[in-house]
Amino acid sequence: MSMPTYLGLPAFPEAAATALGNDQLRRNLAHATTTIRIKRAAAVAELADWQQLRAAGKAIKDHTLAHLDTYLARLEERVTDAGGHVHWARDAAEANGIVAALVRAAGADSVVKVKSMTTQETGLNEALAAEHITALETDLAELIVQLGHDQPSHILVPAIHRNRTEIRDIFLAEMADVPSGLTDAPAELAAAARVHLRRAFLSAKVGVSGANFAIADTGTLVVVESEGNGRMCLTLPETLISVVGIEKVLPSWRDLEVFLALLPRSSTAERMNPYTSTWTGVRPGDGPRDFHLVLLDNGRTDALADTIGRQALRCIRCSACLNVCPVYERVGGHAYGSPYPGPIGAIITPQLRGVTSPIDASLPYASTLCGACYEVCPVAINIPEALVHLRGEVVDAQRSSPLHAERIVMGLAAWVLRSGRRLGLAQRAASASRVLVGRSGRIRRLPPPLSAWTKTRDAPAPPPESFRAWWARTHGGTQ
Amino acid sequence: MRIALFITCLTDTLFPDTGKAITSLLERLGHEVVFPAGQACCGQMHFNSGYRRETVPMVRGFARTFGGFDAIVTPSASCAAMVREYHPAVAAEAGDAGLAREAAEIAPRVHEVSGLLVNVLGMVDVGAYFPYRVAYHPSCHSLRLLRVGDAPLRLLRAVRGLDLVDLPGAEQCCGFGGTFAIKNAGTSAAMCADKVAAVRGSGAQVLCSSDNSCLMNIGGTLTRQRADVTVRHLAEILASAP
Repeated sequence: MSMPTYLGLPAFPEAAATALGNDQLRRNLAHATTTIRIKRAAAVAELADWQQLRAAGKAIKDHTLAHLDTYLARLEERVTDAGGHVHWARDAAEANGIVAALVRAAGADSVVKVKSMTTQETGLNEALAAEHITALETDLAELIVQLGHDQPSHILVPAIHRNRTEIRDIFLAEMADVPSGLTDAPAELAAAARVHLRRAFLSAKVGVSGANFAIADTGTLVVVESEGNGRMCLTLPETLISVVGIEKVLPSWRDLEVFLALLPRSSTAERMNPYTSTWTGVRPGDGPRDFHLVLLDNGRTDALADTIGRQALRCIRCSACLNVCPVYERVGGHAYGSPYPGPIGAIITPQLRGVTSPIDASLPYASTLCGACYEVCPVAINIPEALVHLRGEVVDAQRSSPLHAERIVMGLAAWVLRSGRRLGLAQRAASASRVLVGRSGRIRRLPPPLSAWTKTRDAPAPPPESFRAWWARTHGGTQ
Repeated sequence: MRIALFITCLTDTLFPDTGKAITSLLERLGHEVVFPAGQACCGQMHFNSGYRRETVPMVRGFARTFGGFDAIVTPSASCAAMVREYHPAVAAEAGDAGLAREAAEIAPRVHEVSGLLVNVLGMVDVGAYFPYRVAYHPSCHSLRLLRVGDAPLRLLRAVRGLDLVDLPGAEQCCGFGGTFAIKNAGTSAAMCADKVAAVRGSGAQVLCSSDNSCLMNIGGTLTRQRADVTVRHLAEILASAP
């Protein structure tokens, strides 16, 4: 279970500091997330039954996850019946190995790719490169990220951290067939990418995709997108390989209807996305002659075993939670150290990878628990609840080390805070210490770790008497 | 009505004026306020930081202290949400079914100030007078966990002399988040800087909220910037009389 391209990253607070110091990045992010946030709210407000749709989406996913064995077996059977081949991958390395072998068997040394979170998760491009197979990202934003030797920073808009001037500069530096005199006009940038990609589509022998949904009843795969580049990859090459997480299965087409209403409005704030491609196995004379479905676990069954954490598997990767998150808006996606950034990433990544590395153990704390993410989630994932639950996992994992400073402080605090008498004594000590503060009533500097507070804010000085002491003096002691 | 005051450890220790204001406000409205002395902390900081085991005695202490009261008021929407939403679950996870039952019975009787006044006591005009321009910051937990809706705004609009001004981006978190402010200090400060800019741009003389934790964060930044805006808990404004 590894995401090879993200190993060895610093914990969230350190990674965030880099982003917070980048004014251009913060402006790009604030502009983009504010715009999409307002549009989403309007698109959702058009539907009077949004909350019922949301409840239905949650219920369908919960039902499917509870009977995952049944639906996955049915999916495998129907895909096979329709002339496709199904492969099972326990982890990222297995999935990447299967894809590389299939590409070689097709006699190819390059693939064109549909935008896919799952292959970001497995680090497929890097794994293929190690086998001397070139993977070309064809989603415009993924192409920008790839050409910029960069990492995606948003689920839906991977290059959200770039503005158009930066994109023009990347194209000029990295795109072999770039038109000279390219400006940063969006139409010119899109035209340059179109020319660059069109040649690749026409010559590609193998396409690689993920899928937004997989319908068990018919063995149908579904990809929703905006550009049509995905459809090129899904239809033009002779061989199509789709790498799909096992949680993407839906029982029937009737269930798909609910998600095709929930997903576009939540992600791009559209009533319907421009391109919805569906395919069922292979069909002579139409589309790929060879279809392979790689079903990926990579930590998902571990998440499924966790009664609170498993709700993350309902996620349909809409990214509404990123767009409303005040933390994401300020630090961007890279600080999350995973292809899954934002609030949903903070609960998915530690479940897929565990909470042992510094970045994974810090992710559940990358939130104020403000709850904005839960409010907009189209499948009602209670992200704050899952974050607090995972914080418990992090703390429990640290309980084996005897001299963990934070745990000693929190243990002592708990001993004081569970007793009214001890709390009263602590307050008397605090009030006595106010002579140290001076007359302003404000503290401008505290020792670490509280210096993190006073770096930008004053702290209140303890008052001469606590409320409890005042009450005892004026209302005659206890009741 | 006999109302028990759950002061919360933060307000008890650092902001006693808020407790005094709740007491005088409710007494002025003809109610009896009692302060159960055994009370301590609701356990939110420990629970939200992942210290589940350490939270259980605090949940037990709360049930022991407040079990006998029909109405409990607290100056913190966040702590009220902790008691209402999470105390039963913490007890259940610890395997204490009796405590879980008790916590579930107490939960709906715990109210933050605006919820008690508007929804339980059915009051909007509490006879207050506060001749200042005021902006209201709806704390995340009052908004999204307790769902107090516009109860605080209705109370403020009924205050004589008070000029309620619009706060742009009011529903955005101020960046406090308990230990988040320490663990992710840079991000927290960036969020608070934006909140403070909105407050300063609103023209308000006073920023009001239903959580002293948010006010400690925003207020601490305001004084550091030497801004000409002070912070007041909702109860303190409602307790102000002509």
